[in-house]
Amino acid sequence: MKKTVISVMGKDTVGITARVSAACAEYNVNIIDITQSVLQDMFVMVMLTDISGLNCNFKDFSEKMQALGSAMNLEIHVMHEDIFNSMHRI
Amino acid sequence: MLNLNDILETINMIRQENLDIRTITMGISLLDCADSDIDVSCEKVYNKIVRCAGKLVKTGEDIEAEYGIPIINKRISVTPVSMLVAVSGGDPVKYAHALQRAADTVGVNFIGGYSALVQKGFSAGDVELIKSIPRALSETTNICSSVNIGSTKAGINMDAVKLMGEIVKESAILTADRDCIGPAKLVVFCNAPEDNPFMAGAFHGVGEPDCVIHVGVSGPGVVYAALKKCYGDLGAVAETIKRTAFKITRVGQLVGSEAARRLGVPFGIVDLSLAPTPAVGDSVARILEEIGLGVCGTHGTTAALAMLNDAVKKGGVMACNSVGGLSGAFIPVSEDEGMIAAARSGDLKIEKLEAMTAVCSVGLDMVVIPGDTPAEVISAIIADEAAIGMVNSKTTAVRVIPAIGKKAGEELNFGGLLGEGPIMDVNLSASPKKFIDRGGRIPAPMQSLKN
Repeated sequence: MKKTVISVMGKDTVGITARVSAACAEYNVNIIDITQSVLQDMFVMVMLTDISGLNCNFKDFSEKMQALGSAMNLEIHVMHEDIFNSMHRI
Repeated sequence: MLNLNDILETINMIRQENLDIRTITMGISLLDCADSDIDVSCEKVYNKIVRCAGKLVKTGEDIEAEYGIPIINKRISVTPVSMLVAVSGGDPVKYAHALQRAADTVGVNFIGGYSALVQKGFSAGDVELIKSIPRALSETTNICSSVNIGSTKAGINMDAVKLMGEIVKESAILTADRDCIGPAKLVVFCNAPEDNPFMAGAFHGVGEPDCVIHVGVSGPGVVYAALKKCYGDLGAVAETIKRTAFKITRVGQLVGSEAARRLGVPFGIVDLSLAPTPAVGDSVARILEEIGLGVCGTHGTTAALAMLNDAVKKGGVMACNSVGGLSGAFIPVSEDEGMIAAARSGDLKIEKLEAMTAVCSVGLDMVVIPGDTPAEVISAIIADEAAIGMVNSKTTAVRVIPAIGKKAGEELNFGGLLGEGPIMDVNLSASPKKFIDRGGRIPAPMQSLKN
């Protein structure tokens, strides 16, 4: 399994989770876990996903997600899980 | 599942606080390229670098995309070229051109190792190489040079110190039409490390494996941001720096080991350094000011820097398997936004910088000095720095840039990471010429007798 973290941040609006999840499905990315919260007006969501079945290359996927983010006025980052593990776990 | 706050912290460090991997540097041994015919030797050098490092830049970019962390530089360090000159003879600048050609082919932004190690004396090839440095730096754009003129074990080779004063000046004269960029790519070392991934002083030591990956991390902006939220005493400040350095360095360890795995070469070391850039929010000087100094260069700067340097090492050392290189906070004046400001306002002087180099890495780095500074004064500056390194068993270095044709108050602009800097005053009241002209060797200090 190749785990990747997709983080989504920005002003809360209707349909963020739906559209990000739809994009994941489109690229055959399996969502393993989702955490989200809304602080005041700020929407924050972190998805742990499995990208081993990804149907395009990683760079394209990452760029498509970022483009989706800017279209919705959100910040979306796709990053390998290990960077968080190594930084915050001993 | 990962903690939401941890994830946001990491993303914030990268997006807002300039956390990046400063460099992935591939060390390549050129010992097997030496040939008695210099043209054959140059061809072998080119071929070996292209063979070993052909995928370096692509691999770096892939990791960058996958992990979402910028990797600013992909670089190469090679065996000191003087060793090849010793075998081949001929004009050493040919090697500089071969290295430049290799750099262009593989797409790295610097190759370091146009170097000579002469701490105890000159051997075959050394003088020829040193004398060719000004031409090599002027005729190439991406080649870095370094010369080790002293060590704790060997003392200081004062003949080499004298020579290097002249070489630094000549390098500036030959590149006077390009903001004197030559000496910005030339480092004069005492106790040069053999596994340093940072330019301009990187070279691949003879004790290293044939090919190896080293990583240099960065992150002054992250430390600065963490200290902005720290209201405790200096113990708390040190603790904050340690924790932050740990996190920064873990990323270096991750990226380095991943790069080494993908390239199929051993992973060497992580260099635990705070490497600033001229960008706002990525400055070591601003960290010192956040700790409580009115301006970097005022009284107290050395103490604050000593604590910063120590805390960075303590935090970083547990985060990686193998530590090496320069490992400490860098204070390159023209590459640090806060240092540039302090030098412009006159609060940061060369004498204070010299004191600061006793407690951090690396030395008088990227300091612009008046163009009419005599060569013997540059030699004396080098000797002072080397003495600090020799006695304290640490690496020190001098990278000063004489601004040819310019006077105090004017500035040089190198562009990019090398930054820009005002000319700093040099004490020219009395000449050290007699001292420098004596030549010979300063014997190794008592600190060398450890056995």
